[in-house]
Amino acid sequence: MRSILPREIESLWTLFTAPVVWALHFIVCYVVVAIYCEKAGVWEIDFNSIRIGLGLLTLAALGMIVLSAYLAWRQWGFGSGDPPHDRPTDHDRRLFQGFATLLLSGLSFVAVVYVAIPLIFIAGCQQ
Amino acid sequence: MLGALFVCLSLSSCSGVQSALDPAGLEASKVATLFYVMLAGGGLIWLGVVGALFYATRTGREPHSERSAGRVILWCGVIVPVTVLAALLSYAVWLMPNMRPWAPGGEGGLRRIEVTGEQFWWRVRYLRADGSLLFETANEVFVPVGERVLFVLKSPDVIHSFWIPSLGGKMDMIPGRINHVALEATKPGTYRGVCAEFCGPSHALMAFSVEAVDAAEFEDWIASRRAGRPAADPGGLELFLRHGCDACHAIAGTTADGTIGPSLTAFGARGSVGAGTLPNTVEDVARFIRYPDEIKPGSRMPSFGMLPEGDAERIAAYLKGLR
Repeated sequence: MRSILPREIESLWTLFTAPVVWALHFIVCYVVVAIYCEKAGVWEIDFNSIRIGLGLLTLAALGMIVLSAYLAWRQWGFGSGDPPHDRPTDHDRRLFQGFATLLLSGLSFVAVVYVAIPLIFIAGCQQ
Repeated sequence: MLGALFVCLSLSSCSGVQSALDPAGLEASKVATLFYVMLAGGGLIWLGVVGALFYATRTGREPHSERSAGRVILWCGVIVPVTVLAALLSYAVWLMPNMRPWAPGGEGGLRRIEVTGEQFWWRVRYLRADGSLLFETANEVFVPVGERVLFVLKSPDVIHSFWIPSLGGKMDMIPGRINHVALEATKPGTYRGVCAEFCGPSHALMAFSVEAVDAAEFEDWIASRRAGRPAADPGGLELFLRHGCDACHAIAGTTADGTIGPSLTAFGARGSVGAGTLPNTVEDVARFIRYPDEIKPGSRMPSFGMLPEGDAERIAAYLKGLR
């Protein structure tokens, strides 16, 4: 597993990966359901297919966030040192960024799950 | 003693014609259940936080190890809140289809009542199954107990919101859109509906009465409203027409057929004048005719303060006699 991962691609950009996945998942879920319900009479797709499709998207999003969390964990040195990592050295900056990315990934994971919860319970469009 | 008084006073405000905590409909009872579950959840969290506060300030004042502090943060700051929020969110979302029920393939089979929010009153049109108009009334809604009714909600001017706390809702009425809400009354009685979206200076004076009656009584009411009865006092009608009231108001069975203001057919049977603003007495109706803008600021009805002595009272008495 570790061998197929790129070595140290982490930068300030990877900090935002998980929140960006959350944002994209959020907007796709809302837009797809809104358009589907507006076009319910026109499209010949079952709402359950939409739910399954968005469920798969949710799994993909969670997978990407887990990957991002793993890279962040690696950047953090697999928890070898304790926060706050506040010394003015490159090493501490790297650990701090890794820890921050890991926490953001956790937040994004929970947020994606919360966005997906209505897919379980809402079984149709309101007329 | 004071505590008991406080509890009594708070509980007594939970009942009444306009209380979401004293439900008389299926949807409202779901809302009330949701409220109590959230209240219990919030209460438990509060007890936990206050308990932890007491523990930290009274009994557990010695320093804790960094390890146990980290565990407290992990459990009380992450795992428990995430789980509790997920549970409450799931419960609320699971309840939603019950609060806003929808039928697959539309709600064509339901009895339809079209309600239009206007500044600052309610146009209520009872529709046939094919969508054609049965009759129009204003500021009063009759619903049969035990039958789901579909409210078709519109607005020609600004955003209003249709809310009968005792039965369910609320649902916005948005210009250019048609919204729907289906409600079912379970308890006969008189309730109060309100506008729940600020719509202008008389927003707070925009209410309507809701009568939930059993099915037979409802059918009788529909039949009596459709029949339209000639007025008892032709003199009052003559004044009503001469002063031009018919330009805006309609009365079934007469030549008055204005559509700008509320229909006054069977006005005497209504409980209030001015959409729940004043009691329906001859004095108050006459006062409303003379000074509508003082009673309801921003109302579109012009002032008829210039009417000759006694005319407003005669018209009011005539309207009060319409059943």
